[in-house]
Amino acid sequence: MERVPILKIGDILLVSIQVDMSDQTALQLQEDLAERIVATGSHGVIIDITALDIVDSFVGRMLSTIASISKVLDAETVVVGMRPAVAITLVELGLSLNGIRTALNVERGMELIAAARADDLGHSDGVDDAGDTDVETTASP
Amino acid sequence: MALNAEESGRFAAVLTDGAEKVTQRWTEAVAGSLRGRLSQAELRRQIEELHRALLTVGEQGPLDLDAEHAAELRAVLGELSRDRARQGFSATETAISVFALKDVLLEVLEARGGEGTLRDYVAFSGLIDQMGLFTFESYVRTRESLIADQAEQLLELSTPVVKLWEGVVAVPLVGTLDSARAQVVMERLLQTLVDTSSPYAIIDITGVPAVDTQVAQHILKTVVAARLMGADCIISGIRPQIAQTIVALGIEFGDIATKASLADALRHVLRLTGVETARRPRRES
Repeated sequence: MERVPILKIGDILLVSIQVDMSDQTALQLQEDLAERIVATGSHGVIIDITALDIVDSFVGRMLSTIASISKVLDAETVVVGMRPAVAITLVELGLSLNGIRTALNVERGMELIAAARADDLGHSDGVDDAGDTDVETTASP
Repeated sequence: MALNAEESGRFAAVLTDGAEKVTQRWTEAVAGSLRGRLSQAELRRQIEELHRALLTVGEQGPLDLDAEHAAELRAVLGELSRDRARQGFSATETAISVFALKDVLLEVLEARGGEGTLRDYVAFSGLIDQMGLFTFESYVRTRESLIADQAEQLLELSTPVVKLWEGVVAVPLVGTLDSARAQVVMERLLQTLVDTSSPYAIIDITGVPAVDTQVAQHILKTVVAARLMGADCIISGIRPQIAQTIVALGIEFGDIATKASLADALRHVLRLTGVETARRPRRES
């Protein structure tokens, strides 16, 4: 059975889907990803679907499920690299992938996660925890 | 309508006897109808070519436009019609190049006199009619392909995607938006988003004369597709009447940002991306 590799880049897990997804592969990916998020304490998951020519309702549901699982584990999911033809097909099919964040490419996806993370920290733990101000407070005394 | 072997022979004889005179009279008859829009030499060349092709077919077998050995004649006729169509002549002016042969034939046959002249003339006439119809069909085919080419070019021309700023592209829509154009616009826009990796797109509908539910549907689809790819769309250039129509039709743009002008849309995007516009400092000073 084919397995989708999960790469860790800094605080982010990168999943690049290069093969046709089957039920087994999708389940395995969900399991692996959940484990890796917990093990690494990552706060962002980027799913790269640049290589996918076809995104049907099955893949759409898989993406939604992964997003939900990640959300529970406090990780933001961003789907990146959707091809124009795929986007058009999804719109024609009426699938709008609700609840999934998207970005044009991996770079933008990482920016998006960083921004969301900064927002999150800013709201929940006060301004002091945000990266920039943190440096300042330690530098001033 | 095809001529039998005997008639073909007589037809060839008529054309060969005083070939010079036949082409001369033929050219004159055609030139009269074209009113000098084609040079005499060019016309003469075309007529002589046609004359030669007719003779060649006549020599090789019974004169029949559908016959295999008449391929050259068909090619010459097709070439003639294509030229005429491209040069902007009317269908009548094209067909007359062939039909003028009838007058010439009548003259020659009358001069020769003799038994069966009328029967021969009617038979020859049938063949010329067939040639005329063939010319007309080629003419129409050429014109149709011209129109199809132009429609395609128009489609290309009317859907440019321009880069307004780093990470901001705009599509100024001009003209009626039908399904075919909407599809082209959508594909072009999405491809540009990928190519330039721009997270913002502005769809400017200033040039769209009317927005009905179908047009709105197309625009909404484009916006949703762009969102799926991770880019945000802003709709701009909504004229007052269009705004009224949109409300009257009950079209919901949901959470899609709409702006009155392209400038407003650009300012909105720049603010989102955190670019400072020169407006604020100037006001402060």
